[in-house]
Amino acid sequence: METPTVHSNFKSEEYFINMGPQHPATHGVLRLVLTIDGEIIKKVEPDLGYIHRSIEKMCERDSYQQIVHLTDRMDYLSANINNEAVCLGVENALQLEIPERVKVIRTIIGELTRISSHCLWWGVMGMDVGAITTYFYGFRDREMLNDIFEETCGARLTMNYNVPGGLMFDIHPNFVKRVKKFVAHFKTKIPEYDRLLTGNVIFQKRTKGVGVLSKEDAISFGASGPVARGSGYSCDVRKYHPYSALDKVTFNECLETEGDTFARYCVRIRELWESLSIVEQLIDNIPQGEHRVKTNAVIKLPKGEFYQKVETARGELGMYIISTGTKSPYRLKFRSPGFSNLSLLNHIAVGGKIGDLVATMATLDLVIPDIDR
Amino acid sequence: MNIVFGMTYILPWPLSIASEGTLSIVEMVVIALVYLGIFSVAGLFLVLMERRVAAWFQLRIGPNRVGFQGLLQTMADALKLVSKELTGTVKSDKFLYNLAPYFVIVTALMALAVIPFTKDFHAFDINIGIFFLIAVSSIGVIGVLLGGWSSNNKFALIGAMRSGVQTISYELSIGLSLLTMILITGTLQLSEIIEVQKNGWLIVQGHIPAIIAFMIYMIAGTAETNRAPFDMVEAESELGAGFHTEYSGMKFAYFFLAEFINMFIIAAIATTIFFGGWLSPFGITESIPWLGVFWFLLKTLVLVFLMMWFRWTFPRLRVDQLLTLEWKYLLPLNLMNIVLMALMVWGGLLIRF
Repeated sequence: METPTVHSNFKSEEYFINMGPQHPATHGVLRLVLTIDGEIIKKVEPDLGYIHRSIEKMCERDSYQQIVHLTDRMDYLSANINNEAVCLGVENALQLEIPERVKVIRTIIGELTRISSHCLWWGVMGMDVGAITTYFYGFRDREMLNDIFEETCGARLTMNYNVPGGLMFDIHPNFVKRVKKFVAHFKTKIPEYDRLLTGNVIFQKRTKGVGVLSKEDAISFGASGPVARGSGYSCDVRKYHPYSALDKVTFNECLETEGDTFARYCVRIRELWESLSIVEQLIDNIPQGEHRVKTNAVIKLPKGEFYQKVETARGELGMYIISTGTKSPYRLKFRSPGFSNLSLLNHIAVGGKIGDLVATMATLDLVIPDIDR
Repeated sequence: MNIVFGMTYILPWPLSIASEGTLSIVEMVVIALVYLGIFSVAGLFLVLMERRVAAWFQLRIGPNRVGFQGLLQTMADALKLVSKELTGTVKSDKFLYNLAPYFVIVTALMALAVIPFTKDFHAFDINIGIFFLIAVSSIGVIGVLLGGWSSNNKFALIGAMRSGVQTISYELSIGLSLLTMILITGTLQLSEIIEVQKNGWLIVQGHIPAIIAFMIYMIAGTAETNRAPFDMVEAESELGAGFHTEYSGMKFAYFFLAEFINMFIIAAIATTIFFGGWLSPFGITESIPWLGVFWFLLKTLVLVFLMMWFRWTFPRLRVDQLLTLEWKYLLPLNLMNIVLMALMVWGGLLIRF
């Protein structure tokens, strides 16, 4: 993006502007301090902390069952996957043998959560570039998933379905039927998404070549998830460190090489198809068995350090526990995908216009509680 | 000036006691008040229409509770806006800040004066009708610029500057695309332009260049009213609310109403110039002149619907893409189109029934 040369008699002056904490494009309480020259962005400084709830500190006080509930409130759009991270970490530390049924159900619900998160992202992406109608289309399909979740575990967003040792309850008898219905429904809707937004000339003009992130930068900034895969960096945790039932299914890692906003968009749209295919492979043969193994009422992890990572809808969520053998961790650190992805923003948005910044931010898919914790 | 509502029949007695000058002033004031009344309500109806259309596009139902099918919803909203406190920023330029909404609403209403609804429902039939419309509708941008400038808000300022750039650029396309059609009619007077169309609507008469001109006009007209996909001025995901960020209550309502009246005007001009104004298709209701209002409004509302369709389908352009579209594509195309139209008029290639 070239900056137009200004005649020396018309020296332009840079000024700063506060984008947020109350701004429609930041989707939450993120504050960006922008330094702008006219419309051209010179510097972006994210200012965090508006929704900091000291979740990591609270974890040091809580039991492991309670920690699961806190993780819902981090990246609320992939709440179930966050739960899974803690549960898997604790189970691996305890070396519990988890029934196959639990693994399969966790994977199915995890992928449905990913679809639901991407649906919301797609709607918001359209809204950020000015096509408000997409928002409602995204929500229409997400609503079906929320209904399924509600029937299964009573909650629509913050599900708390996983507990260390399995699932809180068994799935609802309608679950399989409704998920199949959703898969059939959604297969007809993704092409609709493409017709409405992906193929639109204005949309492509707005996103192609905007916010370009090279593969090297993606690696050095610690990007993960669709943001990194849009730059051609193969980093899917589901492929490299499969957890739950992900080693039993076949799916492709979606990679694009351009690294621009449109590439990140395409990665997410393709991930919708992949997630659907994973759900389809598993939904017909959920093994019979227990939905939970017995654990002690007070879980005490052995002394040591444990790390578990999962792929949320936004990227790699890491959970690092240092245990001293008591009922709560000595220290628990979350490596959230949003935080690393946000650190890219200054790098890729400088030189663009305000509209470019908004489009770029939309494809970073930031969830602010995930960044602040 | 046409006498709209037959003042001489309604109020016969002032004729005898008042001088002619006084009478014509009274007449103008009454006509102005009637127009003001009609079009404030029409503006509210357009807001409702937009909300219902948007809901239809977005898998929703839209307002349907207040009154029959939500007909009174926008009335209720307007009442709410009237009763709201007028807030403002501390260091704003108070005079300009208060002036800006009036610039926008007054110019929007002024343009209505020359719109020919039918032969008789036409307040002000001047011989430079189109010229007047273009001139008046470009004053509105001053209100937007003033509003953004005086608000003491950087988002509003960016919005206002975008508005200036955008409106001034697209004014050219509007003017030139209308000029293309003037080559056929040979007059700027709106009533005469419609008379010419008794031999076929201009979009049929001028066929290829007329269709190109119509498309350019609709694109530029959408940009002129600052609506999506050219809503750079408001761009709620970028600038919050753009130039009217700091306005509340009735002042905000003026901006809002002006947007819808402007949209109506753009559609009404297109109806007049391209689609035969009040003329019925194939002259089917020519014997009933007052049905002209019906045909005029029908055509206009179809075009308004088209603009709403744009708004709820397309993403927004970026500000530099917006200018590229105008200066690199629409303007050269427009100039070539004028030459083409001139050649067609000269060569007698028009389709006339």
